[in-house]
Amino acid sequence: MVVLEQKRFEEIEEMTKGYNRLLVLGCETCAAISFAGGQRQVAEIASAIRIARKRSGREGEVLEDSIARQCDPEFVDLIADRVAGSDAVLSLACGAGVQLLAERFSDKVILPGCNTMSLGVTEALGVWSEKCMACGDCILWRTGGICPVTRCPKGLLNGPCGGASEGKCEVLKDQPCAWQEIYHALKRLNMLHYLKQKAQVKDWRIHPGRVVREDLRGGGRDDF
Amino acid sequence: MTFREALESGKFVVTAEVGPGKGTDVEHLLKDAAIIKDRVDAINVTDLQSSVMRLGSMAFCHLLTDMGIDPVFQLTCRDRNRLALQSDLLSAWVLGIRNVLALTGDHPVLGDHPGAKPVFDLDSVSLLEVIGKLNSGFDMAGNALKGAPDFLAGAVVNPGADNDAALDLQIMKMEKKIEAGAKFFQTQGIYDLDMFEKFMKRVEGFGTKVLGGVILLKSVGMARFMNRNVAGVFVPEPVIQELKKAEDKSEASINIAVRLVKGMKDLCHGVHIMALGWESKIPPVLDAAGL
Repeated sequence: MVVLEQKRFEEIEEMTKGYNRLLVLGCETCAAISFAGGQRQVAEIASAIRIARKRSGREGEVLEDSIARQCDPEFVDLIADRVAGSDAVLSLACGAGVQLLAERFSDKVILPGCNTMSLGVTEALGVWSEKCMACGDCILWRTGGICPVTRCPKGLLNGPCGGASEGKCEVLKDQPCAWQEIYHALKRLNMLHYLKQKAQVKDWRIHPGRVVREDLRGGGRDDF
Repeated sequence: MTFREALESGKFVVTAEVGPGKGTDVEHLLKDAAIIKDRVDAINVTDLQSSVMRLGSMAFCHLLTDMGIDPVFQLTCRDRNRLALQSDLLSAWVLGIRNVLALTGDHPVLGDHPGAKPVFDLDSVSLLEVIGKLNSGFDMAGNALKGAPDFLAGAVVNPGADNDAALDLQIMKMEKKIEAGAKFFQTQGIYDLDMFEKFMKRVEGFGTKVLGGVILLKSVGMARFMNRNVAGVFVPEPVIQELKKAEDKSEASINIAVRLVKGMKDLCHGVHIMALGWESKIPPVLDAAGL
């Protein structure tokens, strides 16, 4: 999932105050799971904005809505009328969702209500941790299912630096050294030989990434 | 004799280390280097040590070559991508620098510009491979060079890794570094010769040169600070007490270093003395150790 964190309210207030009719738009997938931009957070933010506006004597209507996925044009286009009826949209989706809205509704101001933090997992209620940097060249099969590109702050590919202390990372002092985790996992799986192989240097060309699947682009492939 | 010649001659080599400061004032560093010039085979110059922005390693290495000192250019992957690393290596060569120590580098967050973008495009192992490639007349992309360097490349290893997994990983990475072209290793500071002896037993078949690290202990506070904050450095309590009880701290510090250097003469191929501004203590240490 994409892990999101709501922006500080002061920043949200600052960016939204110039727009009379404001649509607060949630996203029911990752943003909802992150407790940052689902229906409930839409209602909370909308009422906070209303209260702030009332206090400062400002006018304006704050509208609420939410769609299944702001990163998919199929769902985004469903709310075209609501967007048309507002001056600006405060999107509670990730950066991908905000940008797709800005692309589909290019004459509207689209504002980000969340910060996009990472590709991660729910560790516990209220705790999410980053697991993947979308490098485009997955090596997890050689690293015991633990990603050094993401979980080692230096992204080292050939083993650890000398900085770990009592198994903890020198940079993220409360986290285990990713390479020691990899070592234990590979040992458990009887795959330590992978640690002895020199890693290929990464090809960092892939950002911004674009995946094109010809077989899905209508008509299918004609070469077989 | 150059550092390479000294290393290849099989003699017990001695290297030291200087760290440029923040700013353009190099006078005291040049003085420090002059004090030890005739007593060491090479002087390392650190590359923005501890991720603190300072005068660069390459420029100061060049100043050392002007003094007739053979420098070891410390090069980290922290601040340069593969283009800059290769270009800096070529630049260093034309400035008369012949030895490189390939390092990963500390994370910027530990230094004085914690918001800096960490690069780490390559790591110490891939950097060593690139040095080998440049030496053979090609860049990393396979393009031919017009004029190639011939660096002596080295690397670091931390024998004091504090658990079995960490030590196994250090040794596996050391093997990769040798395979990638490292001809010598300088270690993190060592205070426990028994531990170091065990480490040397494990790596004796590797056929590489190991220079044991010796950090001059300036105070009890420094020893305790390193025990808390510097991974792989552990000053045992008896050593701390020896320094604490001594009336003449600098004499005690020299005595501790002499013991370590003497012990290492039987264990490895040289010493790398990190004096941290106490360069004037290096000649007495070497005298007493018979070097």
